[in-house]
Amino acid sequence: MSALNWGAAEPHLPILLVMTPIFGALFSTFLRRGVLAWLLALIVTLSLPLMSITLLLKVLETGQPIIYKIGNWDAPFGIVYKVDQLSAYVLCVISFIGAVILPYARRSIAAEIEEPAQSWYITMYLLCLGGLLGIVITGDAFNAFVFLEISSLSTYVLIALGRHRRALLASYQYLIMGTIGATFYIIGVGLLYLVTGTLNFDDLSQRLSTAVADPGMRNATLTALGFIVVGLALKLALFPMHVWLPNAYAYAPSVATAFLAGTATKAAIYLLIRVVFSVFGTALSVEALPIPDLLLVLSLAAMFLASFSAVFENNAKRMLAYSSVAQVGYIMLGVALANQASMTGALAHIANHAIMKTALFLALGAVFYRIGSVLYSDMSGIGRKMPLTMAAFAIAGIGLMGTPGTSGFISKWYLAIGAIDAGLYSVVFMIVASSLISVVYIGRITEVVWFREPSPAAATAKEAPLSMLIPLWLLAGLTVYLGFDTRLTADVSAKAADILIGGIR
Amino acid sequence: MLTSLTSLTQAYTSQELIIAALLIPAVAAVLIPVFYKIPNLRELVTLVAAVALAMCTWSLYPRILAGEVPELKVWEVAPGLELAFKIEPLGMLFALIASTLWIVNSIYSIGYMRGNNEPRQTQFYVCFAVALSSTMALAFSANLFTMFLAYEALTLSTYPLVTHKGTPEAMKAGRVYMMLLIGTSMVLFLPAVILTWALTGSMDFTAGGIIPADGANALSPLVIGGLLALFVFGIGKAAVMPMHFWLPAAMVAPTPVSALLHAVAVVKAGVFSILKVVVYIFGIETLSSTNANAWIVYLASFCVLLASIIAMNQDNLKARLAYSTVSQLSYIVLGAALASAASITGGALHILMHAFAKITLFFCAGAIYVAHHKTEVSELDGIGKKMPLTMFAFMIATLSIIGLPPFGGTWSKWFLALGSLDANYQFACAVFMISSLLNIAYLMPIVSRAFFKPLPGHPEDKPVAIAEAPTACLIAITITMLGCIALFFYVNPALELIEMVDLGNRTDAASALNGVAPTGGTNGR
Repeated sequence: MSALNWGAAEPHLPILLVMTPIFGALFSTFLRRGVLAWLLALIVTLSLPLMSITLLLKVLETGQPIIYKIGNWDAPFGIVYKVDQLSAYVLCVISFIGAVILPYARRSIAAEIEEPAQSWYITMYLLCLGGLLGIVITGDAFNAFVFLEISSLSTYVLIALGRHRRALLASYQYLIMGTIGATFYIIGVGLLYLVTGTLNFDDLSQRLSTAVADPGMRNATLTALGFIVVGLALKLALFPMHVWLPNAYAYAPSVATAFLAGTATKAAIYLLIRVVFSVFGTALSVEALPIPDLLLVLSLAAMFLASFSAVFENNAKRMLAYSSVAQVGYIMLGVALANQASMTGALAHIANHAIMKTALFLALGAVFYRIGSVLYSDMSGIGRKMPLTMAAFAIAGIGLMGTPGTSGFISKWYLAIGAIDAGLYSVVFMIVASSLISVVYIGRITEVVWFREPSPAAATAKEAPLSMLIPLWLLAGLTVYLGFDTRLTADVSAKAADILIGGIR
Repeated sequence: MLTSLTSLTQAYTSQELIIAALLIPAVAAVLIPVFYKIPNLRELVTLVAAVALAMCTWSLYPRILAGEVPELKVWEVAPGLELAFKIEPLGMLFALIASTLWIVNSIYSIGYMRGNNEPRQTQFYVCFAVALSSTMALAFSANLFTMFLAYEALTLSTYPLVTHKGTPEAMKAGRVYMMLLIGTSMVLFLPAVILTWALTGSMDFTAGGIIPADGANALSPLVIGGLLALFVFGIGKAAVMPMHFWLPAAMVAPTPVSALLHAVAVVKAGVFSILKVVVYIFGIETLSSTNANAWIVYLASFCVLLASIIAMNQDNLKARLAYSTVSQLSYIVLGAALASAASITGGALHILMHAFAKITLFFCAGAIYVAHHKTEVSELDGIGKKMPLTMFAFMIATLSIIGLPPFGGTWSKWFLALGSLDANYQFACAVFMISSLLNIAYLMPIVSRAFFKPLPGHPEDKPVAIAEAPTACLIAITITMLGCIALFFYVNPALELIEMVDLGNRTDAASALNGVAPTGGTNGR
């Protein structure tokens, strides 16, 4: 049921998906005017979800992964791109978020970034998008590192373009942490190469199962696993390796924050799942190293401690950033429990959280566009002046609380079932108890924006322009819609989870 | 009247009527803001919607009595999570009460909100309509997921009503309201739902319950009792102590909100949910045979008495009524916990009887506030001379709450007491009787104060000028007051409906009802 006819380009969609944004980035550097660069980016990013949906439908239809050999070199000699249910699903999420933000971005960029930097910003945005898509689509451990670095480097620039002076410091912080993370990852990959002599994920997986019989090789493999998990945990901001994230999100330009919150950590989570489940297999990671236990403890800590930090925050962007750390905790909890239901919940939450959190940050971006601040003190009473913006914010916030009828509930449901399947009844209560904290922090900002007297800044504010409201409401609407129709999220996640968990046995 | 109504809606299937019942208030919520500049038209939308909704529920009523069980499966969200509606007798009763009282309450609201010059009236009517839509969804829910969905929607839609005044006090009350209702539902109710699904693989409301007490998959009484505890405390809207703090806090809302939502829709949604869970998830057979209900019997009895005692010490009229509600809600929880056919009947009847009586009391409290801006009991000396109709209605409703004939409250208390004896909890019967005395102690002084104490600053021998609330308020008060009386004589329509409740195959259930029901017939079973 291929919805679109790509003609002769159809077999080359995997590479096009990565190369379109990267070439778009290249061309946009030559466009000196921000508007032109934005127009180019608009065309580029709108084409990407179409490509990834075509890929997803094809994979779902055939049930077989799509293997694309670059330069027609066979694996393991050449690099292959592999699109299976999991990667096609994450590709859809990332490319969709990337596309939805762009129509919104024009006014926001124009307001927050000086003219010569506007086209650089677009360049970095496209480069980052290309890198993230590359991480997800590639079937090669080193290639993944390359894309990881492409996306990270462009992210540093995106953050540094923030108007606040502290954006530079935040970017520098992330640069240090991100580099350590990437270095750990590449050390791990290097060790794996020593043990197996290959970098292809599928090939690695096969050779590792025989290589670990030798005790020396086994130790090297375990060391590699340790390095890779820690390195990626830094990139995905798993508690307590999340300290770079709140500042980075708070001081980056609004559009960058919305984009990164929806996509960047998700790509790192994907890579972690891919490496731990498809390459090592849980047999190795469970028995030899207590990685699931470790992830379980850390993700529970994230769910509670980061949520608490969010409660006491007075800057709305930082509040949502802490909430992101907590939500990453939910996803990693599902990964750590490592059964079919929990993995379905984790993967569904990748999409659900991306949509909700992007909507929330877009709403804040609209507020920033109007009043130039997202501090609670300036935002008080803004709900009466920007009712449509803040209503969308409230809907996405309710989704974050995991209220039934929103997509957040679906993720939580599967996570809780997963916890019961794993026999961890106490975890069920921790899941619901931590979402109660999200009620507090969402409730607090709701009260500020709707019920307080308008601040001087808010008193003169106007409703956000239509170009911002439409993407915002699209995402807010999806938050509710995906709470009822789970065919695109939980059903696809369940299929991907089947493959991941099946790979272990 | 009912027959002419039935012929009017004959053309529609029951499924269409369910959809209509859910959508009418929702559509009203969309239309009300359209007319925000023309208050008369805006209020007309509410009234038309209320009447149309009541027409839907009342034309479903004879069909349910005839044994029809309309089902509507909307959509399967995920395996096990199905959005589905099914009308069983308890839900029908609840829907009838809520939709009928919405009409009365809307009339009253118009008088109250305009008489008080309240701000943000559009928002008020919108939230009210959304709350009613959620109430209908809750009443007609066919499984725990749909019920939970409607339950949360009801909390969220009533939050703006509680914080309506926007004062720091209202904000604080709103926080308590949200944290207790959302908190209990998320931390206790949701795990209860999840565990039910994990333990039984089903969430559908089924006659006789789905929790296995014997057989291969039997659960231990401890697990059943624990699960019941999660439900009873998790459904915070039932205001079982110590989850009751939100109810007195919510009294800062305008009185029509307290009247319809915090005496009828919201709190009754809570006890209705507990009743439904006990009957259709646990099954009264399962509960009484495993004795897993024992602790709730004690807890609810304790709540009945303690809340009454607290009510005595409240000087604020609405706070006193709120604690009275807490106590009366525990009657219904107690009825559910006793798990006998007669106690379930009594609990369900009490939803109806208490609704009429308590809404009348709140209407009166609101009328006093609109007319004289008095809120404390101690300020009500001699007010009966100024507001004879209002205080007369207050007295009638008080007598109904106490359970004296010829008022509706008699029947529910009768069945509850009977049920306690059936279930071999004699002390619970004593609790009902003592509580009646306490009702007298905290409500009657208000009446006697109003009628017999002299009006302060007014010479005894001179006639007092009557100063009643706006006419719209008085109409509403009169209707509900007459309802309290009528329900004593015309309890059969409700009883027939409750007799249709399928409690599973219990032989003594039929005989328990047989002896006492005024109809004398149990052919519906």
